[in-house]
Amino acid sequence: MNAVAWLTQGLEAVVALAAAPALLGWVNQCRAWLQNRRAPSLWQPYGTLRKLLHKEVLIAENASPLFRLAPYVTFGAMVLAAGIIPSMGTRLPLVASADAIALVGLFAAARMFMALAAMDVGTAFGTLGARREMMVGFLAEPALLMVILVASLTSSSTALPAITEALVSGHLGLSPSLAFSAVAFILVLLAENARIPVDNPATHLELTMIHEATLLEYSGRHLALMEWAAQLKLFNYVCIGFALFLPWGVAVGRIGPVGLLVAAPALALKLTAAGAGLALIETLSAKMRVMRIPEFLATAFLFAVLGLLVHVLLGA
Amino acid sequence: MHILVHPVITPLPKLLVGCVALLLGWGAVGVAGLLRPRSVRLAGRVLFPLGALIGFALAALAVTSLLGGGIERMVLPIGLPGLPAHLRLDPLSSVFLALLGATAGGISLFAGGYFRAGQGTAPGLLGLQYHLFLASMGWVLIAADAYSFLLAWEAMALTSYFLVVTEHRRAEIRRAGLIYLLMAHVGALAILLAFGVMHGSGPFTFHAMRAAHLSAGWAAAAFLLALAGFGAKAGLVPLHVWLPEAHPAAPSPVSALMSGVMLKTAVYGMLRVALDLLGPPVWWWGLVPLALGLFTILYGALFAAVQTDMKRLLAYSSVENIGVIFTGIGLTIVFAGSGMPAVAALALLATLYHCLNHAMMKSLLFLGTGAVLHATGERNLGRLGGLIHRMPWVAWLTLIGTLAIAGLPPLNGFVSEWLLLQSFLFGDQVPHTFVNLLIPMGMAVVVLGAALAGYVMVKFYGVIFLGRPREAALEHAHDCGWLERIGLAWLALGCLALGLLPVQVIGALGRVSAQLVGAVVPQASAHGWLLAPVPGRPVSYGPAVLLTATVAVVLLTVLVVRLFFPQRVRRVSAWDCGFGALTPRMQDTAEGFGQPIRHLFQPFFEMQRELPAPGDSAPRYRIAIRERIWTLAYEPLCAAIDGLANIAARVQQGRISVYLLYSFVTLLVLLAVALLS
Repeated sequence: MNAVAWLTQGLEAVVALAAAPALLGWVNQCRAWLQNRRAPSLWQPYGTLRKLLHKEVLIAENASPLFRLAPYVTFGAMVLAAGIIPSMGTRLPLVASADAIALVGLFAAARMFMALAAMDVGTAFGTLGARREMMVGFLAEPALLMVILVASLTSSSTALPAITEALVSGHLGLSPSLAFSAVAFILVLLAENARIPVDNPATHLELTMIHEATLLEYSGRHLALMEWAAQLKLFNYVCIGFALFLPWGVAVGRIGPVGLLVAAPALALKLTAAGAGLALIETLSAKMRVMRIPEFLATAFLFAVLGLLVHVLLGA
Repeated sequence: MHILVHPVITPLPKLLVGCVALLLGWGAVGVAGLLRPRSVRLAGRVLFPLGALIGFALAALAVTSLLGGGIERMVLPIGLPGLPAHLRLDPLSSVFLALLGATAGGISLFAGGYFRAGQGTAPGLLGLQYHLFLASMGWVLIAADAYSFLLAWEAMALTSYFLVVTEHRRAEIRRAGLIYLLMAHVGALAILLAFGVMHGSGPFTFHAMRAAHLSAGWAAAAFLLALAGFGAKAGLVPLHVWLPEAHPAAPSPVSALMSGVMLKTAVYGMLRVALDLLGPPVWWWGLVPLALGLFTILYGALFAAVQTDMKRLLAYSSVENIGVIFTGIGLTIVFAGSGMPAVAALALLATLYHCLNHAMMKSLLFLGTGAVLHATGERNLGRLGGLIHRMPWVAWLTLIGTLAIAGLPPLNGFVSEWLLLQSFLFGDQVPHTFVNLLIPMGMAVVVLGAALAGYVMVKFYGVIFLGRPREAALEHAHDCGWLERIGLAWLALGCLALGLLPVQVIGALGRVSAQLVGAVVPQASAHGWLLAPVPGRPVSYGPAVLLTATVAVVLLTVLVVRLFFPQRVRRVSAWDCGFGALTPRMQDTAEGFGQPIRHLFQPFFEMQRELPAPGDSAPRYRIAIRERIWTLAYEPLCAAIDGLANIAARVQQGRISVYLLYSFVTLLVLLAVALLS
């Protein structure tokens, strides 16, 4: 049974690994349709990863071993996070090793490695990107923690599976407090994943970059890993959102590989909807100036606090 | 969950005797340095390593005492006649003794390689001050009456003052020392008053204080006085002003000791008074340290982010961490006073755990800056950079401390952060309206502080060790010696062990929560390898699992990538979007890293800026940041005291006839009083 559980765990991570580029491809496709452009193929991100993996790696002369280590650590943290988040089953072995707070910590660790690597070569854009990335991080984390706090009040636990199970077994439909914190979570998701309006993933203008600026010196397989890690991060965040607010379809209780097969269609359906929604938000908004980001994330924080107040005052 | 441990009093205080012997040993090592005070060899190669061994022995002894869970008492007939020294070793003292021993051991090893012959105090004398400082800190932790406590407390303040002014030929260091000495004595005065209130009418032993029944008002007064006194020593805002001055002024091993260990003796004192001597705490007392602690977190983190001197940056980071610890103390008191002992135990564990963590990681970072300072002669972040190539040992070991203090799993900083947040989550169950709403919001401040600490640490590490050297002289920087490496490695190992073995550490710390709040928390889940300390809630955290899984995934990725995509790696000059030749001056500076913080949190800072005009031929950019608290509080206060002193000085004429007149008038007044009454 234990072996089966670990096998299921591995499978879940592999599914995340395989599906993450498709999610990004789907968001890009939807965006193109909404903007009256001809859409790229859904498989475009896979092609990009393959191309990068086959390319020669160029590294700056003064790059330290930290620079070469960072892509692997970032990627590893994201794969691990994909295993921890109950995207398909709540009783997998790795799930208990980190609750939502530890998961936020894991993301922070990945971000810190990326920022340090960006500073390693000592270019102007790299350090600028590292600084901005860390700024978005320290603004987003309190808001995210408040979201988790509100979600944990209903289930008395910060463990994602406990929250999911409490929601699945409870009444269907969002309570008002969860609705407020869901809005806050979407804002945090946009900021943490470098989406419009916080950052433009498609930009080529270095001065406005946040996330992309930290990757400027990477090439070849290192860049592929960094890109893949970013895609996994988006996938993970969306799955955290599902675990906190839309857990339906997740297998509750012990499951094997067959259980995953049952839970997969529900996940695919939810991802499709979420991807389309993300594309809609990105199309409807414009990128804001860097110094407006604090206001954006303060709004997210206030929404989460409203959720908290609603929960404590109304008990819902 | 409410397991009360009855104190076991052993007849012969073996461990306590051993403890006293080790502290005296430190004193002896110090005195031995006076044999040949100018010899760097004697101090560095013999005495400091010997002191380190004593430290490790003390730590081992303290851990034995903690695991035994007993209480030992002893009365030594030293001190003033009729006032013997009462000593006591209980779980609370043991934890802090272990912290002292383990941290001081690592620092002493480093110090053995660090101190060289120079301008300042002679090595032998320095060794004496250093070891007396260690011994007095140990004595503070085992003292069980107000006299010996305050005597050791003052010895600690004085020895550390002399250590701070080691390079006493420089004026700014003498000034820093003076500020430190002043604040230390203001704090000691408050502690003295607190003891005065607490002893009631009995003797000044802690035992009598526990038995004394104070009225509610006097108990609150004693608590607030103790908070002021210990808060001043710990660096709680607004009494933190000495800390950013004294820490950079002291030699790095001394900064490490002060920040890593000495601040924790103040935390020990606070816990001792609030949770042990004053009896069952009143819940609202906790709100004061909670509010001050939360403010201190934010304040320290913000000021750390705008510093340009690496040791000042670490000093403000210590202020932030003291905020975390006092937040934990506040929560403990609130929960303990509200009849929630199990949750209070959780908050207390978070507090103690953070003390241990901060001792390890902050000492590591201060020693790292010491090594950098020795290799380059620079403390200014604007003149460092790229040292990971020249000083790999220091850089990689410091990286562990950097990641740990940023609160990242699976290292130790995260464990205490996590425990604290978990206890915050119970805040909504406190049976007082509004308070139960506000406490969970405090969580946001803790998280903001942790995230800001990440920002600060990227700045700290990135500017010093990564990038390109900002000065040509840095090309000749050398790595540190082997004694220093061992010292750094020991502390880094401490960070790893505290991060990966939380179940064991919390099991040991449970003796303290049983002693102070009468409850222990469950440590582990059914499997035994996951930390599950939250009473009644299915939450767990497994750092060892996380680390193993991450390493496994990383190794697998490396293997797969190397196997299937073995494209070669070519070293070229940095791309930087093809903008042409790079110079080190194009890198972001420490000031640059402070910019978003200065912009976002403007009201906190008092800034003086010199900006270049558009047509300047020699443009100059300068920004100086000060704390508003100096202009708003401390400078008016100093002016007022100065004014009062001037008025009082009029009485002092310098002529003997006037003084005789004073005596005569006093005599007359006293006679009149005696006749009338």
